[in-house]
Amino acid sequence: MNYWDRNIETIGREELAALQLQRLKETVARALNSPYYRKVLGDNNLSPDSIRSLDDLRRFPFTAKDDLRASYPRALLAVDREEVVRMHASSGTTGQSTVVYHNLQDLENWTGLVARCLVMAGATRGDVFQNMMSYGLFTGGIGLHYGAERVGMMVIPIGGGNTHRQIQFFQDFGTTIIHITPSYALHVSDVIRDLGLSPDDFRLRVLIFGAEPYSEATREKLEQLYRVRALNCYGLSEMNGPGVAFECGMNEGMHVWEDSYIVEVIDPESGDLLPPGDEGEIVFTTLTREAMPLIRYRSRDLARLYERTDCSCGRNFRRLSRIIGRTDDMLIVRGVNVFPSQIEHELMRIPEVGTNYQILLDRVENLDRMTVRVEITGRTFHGEVGELRLLKKKIEHALKEEILITTEIELMEPGALPPSQGKAKRVIDNREM
Amino acid sequence: MIWNQEIECMDPRELGKLQLVRLQKLVDYLGERSSFYRGKFTAGKISGDAIKNLSDLKKLPFTRKTDLRDSYPFGMFCVDLKDVREIHASSGTTGNPTVVAYTGNDIKLWSEVMARCLTIAGAGPEDIVQNAYGYGLFTGGLGVHYGALELGAAVVPMSSGGTKRQLKLMHDFRTTVITCTPSYSLFMAEEAREMGIDPLKSPIRIGVLGAEPWTEGLRREIEAAWNMTALDIYGLSEIIGPGVAQECPEKNGLHIFSDVFLPEVIDPATGEDCPEGDDGELVITTLTKEAIPLLRYRTGDIVSITYQTCECGRTLPRISKVKGRTDDMLIIRGINVFPSQIEAVLLEVEGAQPHYQLVVERVKGLDTLEVQVEVDENVFSDEIRRLQDLRHRIKKEIESVLSLVVEVKLVEPKTIERSMGKAKRVIDRRRG
Amino acid sequence: MRVKQISVFLENKAGRLWELTETLREKELNIRALSLADTSDFGILRMIVNRPEEAFDALKEKGFAAAVTEVLAVEVPDRPGGLAGVLKALNDDGVNVEYMYAFVEKKAGNAAVVIRVEEVERSVSVLAAAGVTILPADEVYNL
Repeated sequence: MNYWDRNIETIGREELAALQLQRLKETVARALNSPYYRKVLGDNNLSPDSIRSLDDLRRFPFTAKDDLRASYPRALLAVDREEVVRMHASSGTTGQSTVVYHNLQDLENWTGLVARCLVMAGATRGDVFQNMMSYGLFTGGIGLHYGAERVGMMVIPIGGGNTHRQIQFFQDFGTTIIHITPSYALHVSDVIRDLGLSPDDFRLRVLIFGAEPYSEATREKLEQLYRVRALNCYGLSEMNGPGVAFECGMNEGMHVWEDSYIVEVIDPESGDLLPPGDEGEIVFTTLTREAMPLIRYRSRDLARLYERTDCSCGRNFRRLSRIIGRTDDMLIVRGVNVFPSQIEHELMRIPEVGTNYQILLDRVENLDRMTVRVEITGRTFHGEVGELRLLKKKIEHALKEEILITTEIELMEPGALPPSQGKAKRVIDNREM
Repeated sequence: MIWNQEIECMDPRELGKLQLVRLQKLVDYLGERSSFYRGKFTAGKISGDAIKNLSDLKKLPFTRKTDLRDSYPFGMFCVDLKDVREIHASSGTTGNPTVVAYTGNDIKLWSEVMARCLTIAGAGPEDIVQNAYGYGLFTGGLGVHYGALELGAAVVPMSSGGTKRQLKLMHDFRTTVITCTPSYSLFMAEEAREMGIDPLKSPIRIGVLGAEPWTEGLRREIEAAWNMTALDIYGLSEIIGPGVAQECPEKNGLHIFSDVFLPEVIDPATGEDCPEGDDGELVITTLTKEAIPLLRYRTGDIVSITYQTCECGRTLPRISKVKGRTDDMLIIRGINVFPSQIEAVLLEVEGAQPHYQLVVERVKGLDTLEVQVEVDENVFSDEIRRLQDLRHRIKKEIESVLSLVVEVKLVEPKTIERSMGKAKRVIDRRRG
Repeated sequence: MRVKQISVFLENKAGRLWELTETLREKELNIRALSLADTSDFGILRMIVNRPEEAFDALKEKGFAAAVTEVLAVEVPDRPGGLAGVLKALNDDGVNVEYMYAFVEKKAGNAAVVIRVEEVERSVSVLAAAGVTILPADEVYNL
């Protein structure tokens, strides 16, 4: 078993607890530099001195996604603006966007965590890493990019899409490790077959999956299709991005880097801590983040934490199950997080659109497709085909700006969709994974 | 502020000595490590010793874009793949993409020259840089990103597109420096006004704009729209990406980093040097690159050069804005487009015919590319759905190859203008 | 039974429709029925003329993208529900109508429509079984 940082990765539980306690105190002290935590912790009389043992973390209030949104743009910033060297933001312009700041040290730490994940996956200097996640504000691309360069791999920052070229690069550059969403991996595999190629034509040995949930059956299928090892990577932009937890492949689940994050599992209804092994909402506290520490951040992801901490890979970090679901209605489409409320908000700003709409998700050639059906209002239609086409374009453009993915728009006759009273079924998800 | 005072203000004679030493080393390095150049050298028996002074550069062979394509994928590499950290590529023309590679030191060099550029433009560690160049295989995004980090500024890695979001974040985070194509900066100003944001009130003070040619007229419009200083940046992926040359607030040419990118301006027909100040093709030799160093690379860009010291104190030579191309390459929204790429797509899409015309226009400051494709009886179908489907397939294929949104218009047969029997492929209606 | 229809691709450009009709006039071709389908960027003109082959050649010669498509011409009782009866027969048998348009028949008491279906053969028998009159091609050309 290879390690990126053997000392920390094989740390014993007791030593880890002491490190966590120390870092938790520092985190609380740093958090007090942000306007948000100064107020929230002040109101509750909480300070670094409130922490005598790790159990004292429970006295701290949760931080919710809505708190991040409400503190937009800067209330959670705990260092001087001049110290910030990077920010990332989730999609959305309608008050839905969450922003995360990093200083140099934060980027250094994040890069180190990703390097640990990659080395755990078996990456070495000689590997060729094709990063098929999109770059930019989205953390999936850049996060892995830095970690992979740190490991010393040759990085191809190709991003998503243009499948023929992706496959050409597998061949021409002898790609050995790819980072990809599972659904795109299925699509790429179809195209490989259509081109008359097989895994023997490539040197791939590891697939790293992230950004969307999928089943164990799909993993097995993909491992057979590509004849490689497939490993799961977990992260969320509020906790940096990818590199929070990663599979070692020895035992079920992903090791959470507990020297950098304290992880709890709670009942999403009551907020009570759940016993080990129970399914619940994952809650994270950052331990090393400087620019923007977060205390007890509710991820809205549902999963389990396994009880046993020892693992044959030599690491004692607790393992997280695959993500089982969400506590909210967030959809993940082609790896991008989308809230139905974002779509609704945009649609309702367009006067030609009626109040009813429906979001239809399916998979065409293994690629997610999102269709938004909207009713046109009776007064919109004046008999011109061109007019309707322009309206479709207008809706498509408005949604693309907001949720960053392309949708198909279907215009429906007034009354064709179920009415909005009561609990209309807005989302029909026909994807199977 | 000057990022690297020693180099950027070096006495020209000293700079010449530095260039000579580096050139000698480069020739030896290539002779040792590059199978491509070794082949060219043995014919003319060249080694570092043969380079006695800088004018001996003329003994060295030119390198062309086709050399890069023909040696795809690894033929030009001078280092082991193990030592390559990053790969970038331009979109494929009819066959292979042009690939460029970076070692760890090459990325350091890239960060350094980009930090110089941002500093020349007037940016510093206190700035918030919104980087709207595309991230990924395109060098614009990551190049500026590395440079801004090196400088110590805060980077917002926006990538291109999503204009509303760009403007919202720009407003909320009080962005002070914007990096994007000049046409996009003008488009953003218009969108801002439509959203009810007054661009004149934004804290943006500097635009580092490049990846496409632009005029003084466009500069005046952009500066008036944003109340900022708009400066030109030059680069090409074969040399390093953005960071080859940068305009300073004196606005009298772009400082080219000749300590690492040795420039020549030649007559593209004869290959002879142009007199200082005359227009010619820019040729660059990379003096210190490791993964893929290039000798006398023909950029295809038409510029003029001056060696006079600039008012800003820098002694580096200055090139003019790019005045044109030696080939039929178009630059649309910062993306290089060859008509032959589109022809290749049309030949591949079932049912399409390679009778086409490209119409480039600037709408609200933003470049648009319309591909008109003739519908002849082989293609024509009585069913609207089929035609729309064909249109859609052509659009998707072209967009996938170019990484650029295009409009496809089906037109009647033989309606595309022909001159001397040959179809006129490009109608460029952009001004400024 | 099958009627030859001429379809022409038209850009949405001023004067094109006139040029087309002018071409037909020069050859003394007579339009029996026509329909224009438009999208926002192009249109397709579909028409029945008295001498389809000749019209097709003339249009091609003038550089139009034209095609010949086979359609059915059906007699429809000129009373409420007349067309519904015809379509019911097709619908009951699962035949999909791509498009249709009406034209004037000179016989009193009946209207006529041009119908484009995917499965011409089957439609003919379905319509015949339902007692719908299908107009022979010659009759349509020489209305």
